[in-house]
Amino acid sequence: MYAVLAPATAQDELAADEALVSQGRELFLVGCASCHGKNAEGIITQDNTQYGPSLVGVGAAAVDFQVGTGRMPLAQPGVQAERKPPVYNEEETRALAAFVASLGPGPAIPEAEKYSMEGVDNEALVRGGQFFLTNCTACHNFAGAGGALPGGKYAPPLTGVDPKYMYEAMLTGPQQMPVFSDAVITPEDKRDIIAYIASLEEGPSYGGFALGSWGPVSEGMFAWLVGIGSLVGFAVWIGAHSTRSKKGGRA
Amino acid sequence: MVDPHLPVPGDPIDNPGLPHHEPRPTDVDPAAEKRAERQVAAMFGLSAICALLFCVAYFAFDIGEETDTFMGLGASNLFLGLSLGFALLLIGMGAIQWARKLMRDHEIVEMRHPVASSEPDRTEALAALTQGTADSGIARRPLIRNSLLGAVAMLGLPAVVALRDLGPLPGDALERTVWRKGMRIVNDVAGTPIKPDQVEIGQLINAEPAVFFATDEEGEPVIEGHELQAEKAKAAVILVRMQPEDINPFPARENWGVDGILCYSKICTHVGCPISLYEQQTHHVLCPCHQSTFDLANNARVLFGPAARPLPQLPISVDDEGYLIAQSGFEEPVGPSFWERGE
Repeated sequence: MYAVLAPATAQDELAADEALVSQGRELFLVGCASCHGKNAEGIITQDNTQYGPSLVGVGAAAVDFQVGTGRMPLAQPGVQAERKPPVYNEEETRALAAFVASLGPGPAIPEAEKYSMEGVDNEALVRGGQFFLTNCTACHNFAGAGGALPGGKYAPPLTGVDPKYMYEAMLTGPQQMPVFSDAVITPEDKRDIIAYIASLEEGPSYGGFALGSWGPVSEGMFAWLVGIGSLVGFAVWIGAHSTRSKKGGRA
Repeated sequence: MVDPHLPVPGDPIDNPGLPHHEPRPTDVDPAAEKRAERQVAAMFGLSAICALLFCVAYFAFDIGEETDTFMGLGASNLFLGLSLGFALLLIGMGAIQWARKLMRDHEIVEMRHPVASSEPDRTEALAALTQGTADSGIARRPLIRNSLLGAVAMLGLPAVVALRDLGPLPGDALERTVWRKGMRIVNDVAGTPIKPDQVEIGQLINAEPAVFFATDEEGEPVIEGHELQAEKAKAAVILVRMQPEDINPFPARENWGVDGILCYSKICTHVGCPISLYEQQTHHVLCPCHQSTFDLANNARVLFGPAARPLPQLPISVDDEGYLIAQSGFEEPVGPSFWERGE
């Protein structure tokens, strides 16, 4: 059913490397199978929820993103996998990706030229900004600083993220993030978006301290604590009883 | 002389009077007084220097250039703000110090007095009014009085006529959007039409009606300027795809989607913010303004927040070339509710 509905992206060349696939399978059985099942078919709990989802058809790009950013393997079950230092090295991640790609057709790891920012001109940056404002800011904030989602989930900040992982996240839709397929948001659109996010990081902070670019949350807190706090301090100074002398009046 | 602040004999609650006045060090020690005087004068003097520094900074630093010279802040911004800020702050601080240390601080009591004017004043004012009425003869000449009232009332008309220019009544503009039967659904910003097999499970597409990107035979946009903005504010949609078995459509809406692809208005039904904070695993879409949450798998039912009705759904199908199109316009007004909106 899934294979019919989810259009197959080109079969992955990684999956064709049999030695790499079998190396990946070894790693998978040790590190991943306890949650995702021995054949990556997923494990359903007694409450009919997913212990670990099926990885058939998620593609090499999803593995490269989840393992490469340290989100997988999970440190503990929770509402959301967190970015942390990766556990597997580059070669092991490639092997795992090859194994999962061999299970069913899915998005491949994008080639470096797809997200290379060479030759991105101002016009492309502006275009990337328009795509960013339309598709990304609802969750990731106008400055890519991230934001809160219901139930303790969150959209992570986009600053300091490797362009490859941004590309893969758009392509595969990790966790609650929707998918932005190459057919709709083309590789060029994605490159422009990534270039725009990079330009946000380089740009000066015209308005003074950005306070994390969290908008009214941090700015409001600053105004309440520092602004109103110092006004209260002055009021206390004005109203405080000043020191009195015991020497008695001159008059 | 009887001191009004002292207890009145027979008052049920004793007037405690004022506490004994204690002098401040500056009242009794000439050295302390001199020191306080110098402090206040120093603050006022520093304020004047800051005002001068403001002028120096204004000419010394380029506005707009070098936006991250000091701690990531522009030199111009930083020094203009600091100098003007301290110029104002030091005047205030000097005034406070002056009042606390040097101004006379003997407590005084001001008794309350009735607010009304005195009786002779009131009598005199009433007499003047009566005299004026009699002298002008306004009571005796109803023709003048009535024509004056008419003239003043008629002055309201120019105001009403001028205010009409604020715009025509919205008419049925709130009830309709540019969506028509057969209009293609295109990707926002790019304007490209969308085929169902380009949309993956879990995908979100921020989409628009194709007419916003259409041009006439002379290459001019069909809709542009203010009209484009007004129509965009109503016609924007989100397109999502989920597993078909996850969808629980109303009986009449079973064929409103295409293979698990559903199309909803992007305009929140609470106060009209555009929504695209979509969680692909829960199929919930959340409005950033007031946290209204809609379940797109269940006809955009309201799960949480102040929105009172589901997001309107746009029925979709595919055209001969395989692109996604609208089956019709929206069946109900999109966006916030309004009084005349029919149920």
